[in-house]
Amino acid sequence: MADTTATQRYEPGKHPELPPPRLASGPIYWVRENLLSSWYNVFLTFIGVWFLWTIVPPLLNWGLFDAVFEAADRAGCQALGDGACWAFISERYKLFIYGFYPEEERWRVILAFVLLFVALGPLLFDKFPSRGKAMLFSLAYPFIAAWLLLGGFGLTPVGTDQFGGTLLNIIVGVTGIAFSLPIGILLALGRASDMPAVRVICVAFIEFIRGVPLITLLFVASTMLSYFLPPGTSFDLLLRVLIMVTLFSSGYMAEVIRGGLQAIPRGQYEAADSMGLKYWQSMRLIVLPQALKISIPGIVNTFIGLFKDTTLVIIIGLLDILGMGRASLADSKWAGLSNEVYISIAVFFFLFCFAMSRYSLYLESKLETGHRT
Amino acid sequence: MKRYLLGATAALAMIGATAANAGTLDDVKARGELICIVNTGLPGFSFTDESGKWQGFDVDHCRAVAAAIFGDPNKVKYKPATGKTRFTILNSGEGDVIFRNTTWTFVRDVDVKLAFQGTNYYDGQGFMVPKKLGVKSAKELDGASVCIQTGTTTELNLADFFRSNKIKYEPVPIESNEEARTNYLAGRCDVYTTDASGLAATRATFKDPQNHVILPEIISKEPLGPATRHGDDQWSDIIRWTTNALVAAEELGITQKNVGELGAKATDNPEINRLLGTEGNLGGMLGLDKDWAAKAIKAVGNYGEIFDRNIGPKTPIGLERGLNALWTDGGLQYTPPFR
Repeated sequence: MADTTATQRYEPGKHPELPPPRLASGPIYWVRENLLSSWYNVFLTFIGVWFLWTIVPPLLNWGLFDAVFEAADRAGCQALGDGACWAFISERYKLFIYGFYPEEERWRVILAFVLLFVALGPLLFDKFPSRGKAMLFSLAYPFIAAWLLLGGFGLTPVGTDQFGGTLLNIIVGVTGIAFSLPIGILLALGRASDMPAVRVICVAFIEFIRGVPLITLLFVASTMLSYFLPPGTSFDLLLRVLIMVTLFSSGYMAEVIRGGLQAIPRGQYEAADSMGLKYWQSMRLIVLPQALKISIPGIVNTFIGLFKDTTLVIIIGLLDILGMGRASLADSKWAGLSNEVYISIAVFFFLFCFAMSRYSLYLESKLETGHRT
Repeated sequence: MKRYLLGATAALAMIGATAANAGTLDDVKARGELICIVNTGLPGFSFTDESGKWQGFDVDHCRAVAAAIFGDPNKVKYKPATGKTRFTILNSGEGDVIFRNTTWTFVRDVDVKLAFQGTNYYDGQGFMVPKKLGVKSAKELDGASVCIQTGTTTELNLADFFRSNKIKYEPVPIESNEEARTNYLAGRCDVYTTDASGLAATRATFKDPQNHVILPEIISKEPLGPATRHGDDQWSDIIRWTTNALVAAEELGITQKNVGELGAKATDNPEINRLLGTEGNLGGMLGLDKDWAAKAIKAVGNYGEIFDRNIGPKTPIGLERGLNALWTDGGLQYTPPFR
């Protein structure tokens, strides 16, 4: 039998690169390898496709194709289509964002929000241009934001009772996050301290906070406080909320960071001591950088939890985005459109929480040193 | 260490012994606005409109009080409260008055130390069923599953009603009106029970309201009205008589439109004159201006106008006056004389 195909010969190392066999790459290969590689994967794929098939088209129909984007009220919406009535949201979204903040002053909220990102930039990214100077702005930001939002010194004053919607969520969330981390670090160090007085105070504080629900603390802040203060004195409700939320999350933060501190081998502390570093030096240069790095997932977890907990302010009569949504749902012109409202609110929270979660992943991969501490 | 803690606790306890109660009117005037405790959202009674303003039946009553005090119905700060927090907010002094569809009961009046100032809406618990169930009376509901809001008086009323009629039911516990609506429409319960006004408001949001009926039985008394703290009678008088003035205005035919004209100078009707302050000085006795009632009526209209604007037959809520008609029309709205 003679060869029917001519065989090309190559010098060693001169063989040209050939494409892989037809069925070892490409979409068909991918499908076979990932979706249909065994009988139970075939089964799971089938279930998955069926699931998507039953859920996605009705959802798209409801949310997009049959949805109504412009109408004067709910009856108008129903006359136009069977799907979601986004007209309600487009009429109310400003209310959901700003709450009762006066309309002509809302540019201040937008400016404060934009500046928030400018202030966060140098804190979150170490490649930020001229980071040192930008940090100064970040330090000044809380005061700038307070001035913009509250007014005074040339701006029309706006009372905190007019704050609402996402504005309220973000103020409470960002303040709680910004202050709970440093306080939490101090508490965690205090709890691990050798000084009994410091340790007892920190343990008592942390255990008290962790033993009491946030709702209770908020409620105490809003109503019980006036029993303790001398008659006639009262200080701002929002300020009380901010303090309570910050204290609450710092209690949790302290425990997360304590976990990180305990994961640092004894040798690291001893190494710091043997180099003659003082307590704060050794913490700042050796222990905390490592402890915080391994605590990142827990810290961000606490942040996300805190941000979602901001909806609890409804208990004390502040209307955050959820509260504004509910109050709007009671308008008989639109009543009954709860799906639309709750979905919009869910999207808002998802965007913020997802961003935080992605940032924590970025930070972890950036700080990855390749060896375990 | 322990000694310090003890000292701090004792100091806190001493400070905590006082809480201001009297002089609410002075506080309100000094603050420049009334703090009114309202529902976080109940169709027709309290909700926010597209421009973020509070609207509704209860809210209009708040505005009337603010107008009576300041002459400006917008000098109100609304404090939305849940059913659980409303009384604490009032009693701690964080609010001045409750206008939050609050049922006047013995325990609330006596034990929770509220002072109820009359009834601005007579409600009662009812039942709603789908028409296809073919039920004509609540007594035919044997074995039905009932959506019921937990922790409310309606839950207790329901148990009482079924027990006294010796029929069985299966409770489906739910938390909010919105949740009840969803469950009821999805068929997870045969019956939804709450205050009749709430049923009507909920039914108004259905796609097919004509396919649901509200059964004729009203199984409880729910007199809803404003409440203040114990111990400040002048303030209580202001709330009671402002709400009374709105009812009296309807009785006397004073409306938002004609109040300016009637209040300009004394008319032939001495009752109108006394109410609007063109004769005598009833307002002065309350610590308010002579024309306090005129200001309140000017701001929100009389009781009937408030009712029609927010929850009446021409609104999507579509409630009939029923028990809330004037006593002259066979209802219960009745005010003591202004003299």
